[in-house]
Amino acid sequence: MTLRQTPFHQRTAALSEGHAWRRWAGYVVASAYELSHDREYHAIRSSAALFDVSPLYKYMITGRDAARLLDRIVTRDVGKAKVGQVLYTPWCDPEGKVIDDGTISVLADGRYRMTAADPNLRWLHLNAAGLDVKVEEVSEQTAALSLQGPNARAILQNATQQDLASLKYFHLTDAKIRGTPVTISRTGYTGDLGYEIWLDAAQALPVWDALIETGTPHGITPAGMLALDVARIEAGLLLIEVDYFSSKHALIEAQKSSPFELGLGWTVALGKDAFNGKPALVEEKARGPAWQFTGIAVDWDSLERLYAAVGLPPRLPTQAWRTSVPISSGGRQVGYATSGGWSPLLKQYIALAHLEGTFGTPGTAVEMEITVEHHRKRAAARVTKLPFFNPDRKRA
Amino acid sequence: MASPRTYDAIIIGGGHNGLVTAAYLARAGKKVVVLEKRPRVGGAAVTEEVFPGFKFTMFSYVVSLLRPEIIRDLDLPRHGLHVLPLESTVTPMENGDYLAAWGDHDETRRELYRHSPRDAEAYDEYGRLMHFMAQAVKPILAMVPPDPTSFDPRDLFALLRLGKHFRGLGAERLHALFKLMTMSSADFLDEWFETDVLKATKSASGIIGTFLGPRSPGTAYVLLHHYMGELDGVFRAWGFAKGGTGAVSESIASAARGFGAEIRCDAPVARVLVKGGRATGVALENGDEISAKVVVSGLDPRRTFLGLVEEKDLPGEFVADIKRFKFRGSSGKVNLALDALPSFTCMPGIGRQHRGAFSISPSLEYVERAYDDAKYGEFSRRPYMDIVFPSMIDPGMAPPGKHVMSIFVQYAPYNLNGGWTDAKREAFGDAVVNTVEGFAPGFKSHILHRQVITPLDIERITGLSEGNIFQGELALHQLFFMRPAAGWAKFRTPVRAYYQCGAGTHPGGGIMGASGRLAALAILGDGA
Repeated sequence: MTLRQTPFHQRTAALSEGHAWRRWAGYVVASAYELSHDREYHAIRSSAALFDVSPLYKYMITGRDAARLLDRIVTRDVGKAKVGQVLYTPWCDPEGKVIDDGTISVLADGRYRMTAADPNLRWLHLNAAGLDVKVEEVSEQTAALSLQGPNARAILQNATQQDLASLKYFHLTDAKIRGTPVTISRTGYTGDLGYEIWLDAAQALPVWDALIETGTPHGITPAGMLALDVARIEAGLLLIEVDYFSSKHALIEAQKSSPFELGLGWTVALGKDAFNGKPALVEEKARGPAWQFTGIAVDWDSLERLYAAVGLPPRLPTQAWRTSVPISSGGRQVGYATSGGWSPLLKQYIALAHLEGTFGTPGTAVEMEITVEHHRKRAAARVTKLPFFNPDRKRA
Repeated sequence: MASPRTYDAIIIGGGHNGLVTAAYLARAGKKVVVLEKRPRVGGAAVTEEVFPGFKFTMFSYVVSLLRPEIIRDLDLPRHGLHVLPLESTVTPMENGDYLAAWGDHDETRRELYRHSPRDAEAYDEYGRLMHFMAQAVKPILAMVPPDPTSFDPRDLFALLRLGKHFRGLGAERLHALFKLMTMSSADFLDEWFETDVLKATKSASGIIGTFLGPRSPGTAYVLLHHYMGELDGVFRAWGFAKGGTGAVSESIASAARGFGAEIRCDAPVARVLVKGGRATGVALENGDEISAKVVVSGLDPRRTFLGLVEEKDLPGEFVADIKRFKFRGSSGKVNLALDALPSFTCMPGIGRQHRGAFSISPSLEYVERAYDDAKYGEFSRRPYMDIVFPSMIDPGMAPPGKHVMSIFVQYAPYNLNGGWTDAKREAFGDAVVNTVEGFAPGFKSHILHRQVITPLDIERITGLSEGNIFQGELALHQLFFMRPAAGWAKFRTPVRAYYQCGAGTHPGGGIMGASGRLAALAILGDGA
């Protein structure tokens, strides 16, 4: 059994100069098309980047009790969401620990599309007991593209008749691209102006071609996961199995996290009816979370001094890293960073970290472990509010 | 907004260095006003919509060595600075072949190997040596130059030794540094490489902004500058600024305003007010007078000392030094609006090559001959050119599907035989366009609009004397503690409370901002 190819593979494979692929949910996707992901990254922030995000798990949930099912599962209030809205939300186990995170699109009354990073079909079925609802996995039938960057709107607008100027952040609309029906949602994983396009997998190639054609004069650049990883860190967006572990995969309690511990307290609608994990979350809210998920900005002068001591200019991680790195304060470990890297835009070495209690307060001085010429050193760093980068155009 | 009657500091000239000085002074809590004669800030770092929908980086075109500490201190990314990668250089050759340097090391190596397996190997060693040299010299960029008592080469080394990285240099590297300081770039490169087009392209970067040829002694030093950019490679202060170089100026201006600085455009300064050997303010051309504790000139040394103040306020010897300070503007710029990109014979079609630079430097002889024309008072009939397509890097520079082409041209001497006229300017523009046409046939038919800028135009528009883009030639005798004059390289001037912050001071040239920052530190250090 080999890795699967996405509906866009014929196009993406032709673009792959460096043959750098990685696996994602059983599919093969590009790490970077060019030999370095540099230009692909800058396209996200300067023009527009086109990502193949087809490997996401997608479920169609329909029926009279569709909203009730989702409200049982996720922490946000789905019942209150209006048609055309998209919700980002985590979902928890009965102990209030996060299983996964994704989006719920309200396509019509009683018709929802849910995306997930992990397979959730069984969990959806388990929770659907006694409800009038149909849960269908549509992962393979549904292709998905993400167009992200300041020129995303101009490019997409040239490809469709549907007016996009009125499409608000985290809302969706039906549209046609070259005659192909698609759903366009103003969502993404970059923290920039961006859209995701959902369509029938059989129509994938003509839609890709249309976007490339209308996008070329605007600098559209197919981009891979390496570029995306840098952007999502700048945007302070979590990645499952990197920044947190699904409670379904955790081997010990300490590997689990609650939404509050992941900076997702805003997604927890404690006012709604019973949902998975509610009692535990009510209790945790009153008590206050043990951990805070926050940004870390490494101090340049400190970094420069550590390298100057061995006669080198500072070495910076050109790719985002995904390892656990100790964060300390006064010689004691007070947390750990889970992903980080150099932000080419902000000219800052940034990381996402879990910090104990009050150490997560923005402005707190901490130290992050770095390895300088094989030796462990500690660089001065500061706790920074997420997101690191939050341009007006994201919502405007 | 109510302006204070008196300021802590007046900055004359809103070029990027003046803005940097203003930002640092304002950051330290000073009341600062910047006075710019033009309707917009930036000086020679401006982006202007010269032709509807097409944005031209009028004079400058790349961000060369904008100091990382300035980017950090002023938080420029938050003020809109976004430096985009400009990674490749393609040099078309006369025989239809090309030499390319790509962003990827292996790819560049393979390309060099095609020309000379020996050079491909030497390239890595050369790069390593230059890396060490750059590391040794780099701290000087961030330091106020010390003032030695003599100009013996041993004193030069004594000066360099002050840089703490310099301590680690062994004999081999010391010798290399001595060669870099004294040799011509062509001779220096001859010691390393055999591929002529490689040497031509590398040495061409050593002559930018000078009135020297690749075989003129002293040009080797400038080769180092490119490796300094490489030290900051990951930091990437080198590349193309989104929105053009004007966006760099705008981001610095925005940071300065954020710290409370006031910036006034359309406010040309007529002269600096001096009382009892001390600057007390400025008089604007409209007659208004503004007083301040400190006056800082971002203009070049000639304007700073021979234009804004009276000679009688300066020591005679100093005046003589400034009068001898060489400008000799030698470069021009041709900016084009295109309805399609040109296809070059050596690498047909439109592709990634258009996202980098094209260097018109096919051979050392070509570049030296370009200099020969200039030496005798003519513009180069076949000039050295550094071409970029800003719209390929930032599509916002031109309407969708259309392009802008920025051509840096050397040589175009300020002192042209018979002087510059409109007809000569167009003839110069024709020489540039016709030379490009030779490498990219059919290119001329895509030109929608042409802007030709001679050194005289640079002087007329920006005020830079003799149109020198670096506020004075980057020749060895005009660098470090000699910039702009011996004894006056520490941003102070013979007039008390009158300072200089432009590229005419150490370390000078390029969109680096180092002069502006060091000037601000000197001013603050004086307790202004």
